[in-house]
Amino acid sequence: MSFSPFKRSLRLAMLCALLSLTGCASQQQPVLYEKLGGEAGLAALVDNLLQKMANDAEIARHFQDTDIALFRKGLIDKLCVVSDGPCEYTGDTMKNCHKGFNISQADFDALVQHLIHAMQEEGVPIATRNALLKRLAPMYQDVVYQ
Amino acid sequence: MKQSFSYLWPGLLGLLCLVCCNSAVAGSRVTATGGATSIEGGAGGGVVPWAVINGYGSSGEWSATAVATGVFVDDYTLKVVGASVSYDNRIELSYARQRLELDTLGGNLQQDVFGVKYKVAGELLYTRMPQISVGLQYKNVDDFYLPEAVGARDDSGVDYYVSATKVLLGGVLGRNLLVNGTLRATKANQGGLLGFGSADNNEYKLMKEVAVALLLTDNIVLGMDYREKPDELNFAGEDDWQDFFLGWFVNKNLSIVLAYTDLGSIAGLDNQKGWYLSFEAGL
Repeated sequence: MSFSPFKRSLRLAMLCALLSLTGCASQQQPVLYEKLGGEAGLAALVDNLLQKMANDAEIARHFQDTDIALFRKGLIDKLCVVSDGPCEYTGDTMKNCHKGFNISQADFDALVQHLIHAMQEEGVPIATRNALLKRLAPMYQDVVYQ
Repeated sequence: MKQSFSYLWPGLLGLLCLVCCNSAVAGSRVTATGGATSIEGGAGGGVVPWAVINGYGSSGEWSATAVATGVFVDDYTLKVVGASVSYDNRIELSYARQRLELDTLGGNLQQDVFGVKYKVAGELLYTRMPQISVGLQYKNVDDFYLPEAVGARDDSGVDYYVSATKVLLGGVLGRNLLVNGTLRATKANQGGLLGFGSADNNEYKLMKEVAVALLLTDNIVLGMDYREKPDELNFAGEDDWQDFFLGWFVNKNLSIVLAYTDLGSIAGLDNQKGWYLSFEAGL
């Protein structure tokens, strides 16, 4: 098959138009951040999660010397950034944050279960819950046994 | 053991009631990540062993499960009771007692299945790499008379397998999808109930097994198992096994699986289809 230069550029233009259209369409989809309820939704979710963490002795013991207000803000910002929200995470890397805490696999599993329960209680739909978990899962290797 | 088999059922039911009424402590892992228990006693689907470790124990934690399963097909009834202990989300020891009632032919076939499974790599939910486990199952039939009469060579055998299991978070329609592939080396005829090897073949056969399961909600799962099987005995054909299951993880202490299963031809009786019901209790 051979195309004239004109036809080729026409096809290219049509392709560009199509791509920009789909680009627009995908931008109109609410980002994960919005599905999680935006700033207020994330704050409520984190407060719920912090309550569960405080009530779990195995997890709470890692937070004896932690400034909870600072941790809360860092966690909200982190979840905001992870879910494509309009935030800036100014904290340290996940790896550095967890260094020396000796967080076990059991701690991590328990935290994931607490997060799932917190999201359920805050009325986050299952597809949104799983989308957030999918983005958080790779952090496992930077958190456990650092 | 053999005589007391029928007395295991009330005991298991008692244990079920106990965990049902008291939401007992369980391990740290996320609900449903322990899978169900296959008819051979280890964590898996209905007939396929998965790479997951039974129960909900995570690092440094123990877990234990007890299971009672009935498979009710046209001319046979398979009853299984089993138990397992696991440690560290790493190693699983299991035992299953299988009793196949030959409803049409008369009599029964029984065997013990002792299993060991060891997780070698990956984390089901967290790593890009699937969770990979290796395992073996030592099986021993009670009475070799019938298996020998139909051409089996041995009354005991060992299956070796490697399984890879991965949960794709939000994999389908925002739901979590579990995918499993298992490769099994076996000499077992009809899973071992008809003995091991045949008069003219004592070689291991490499069999492929797969499973997929979709978590419709956090504790309801819909899926299927497919298990390729050898066909070594001359007296009658043997088919692959498959089942479609609906599992309900009531909590971390109790799960119930209902399945529709197709076991194909067994000892000359074709099209063995029917229901599969399993109760599992865990601590």
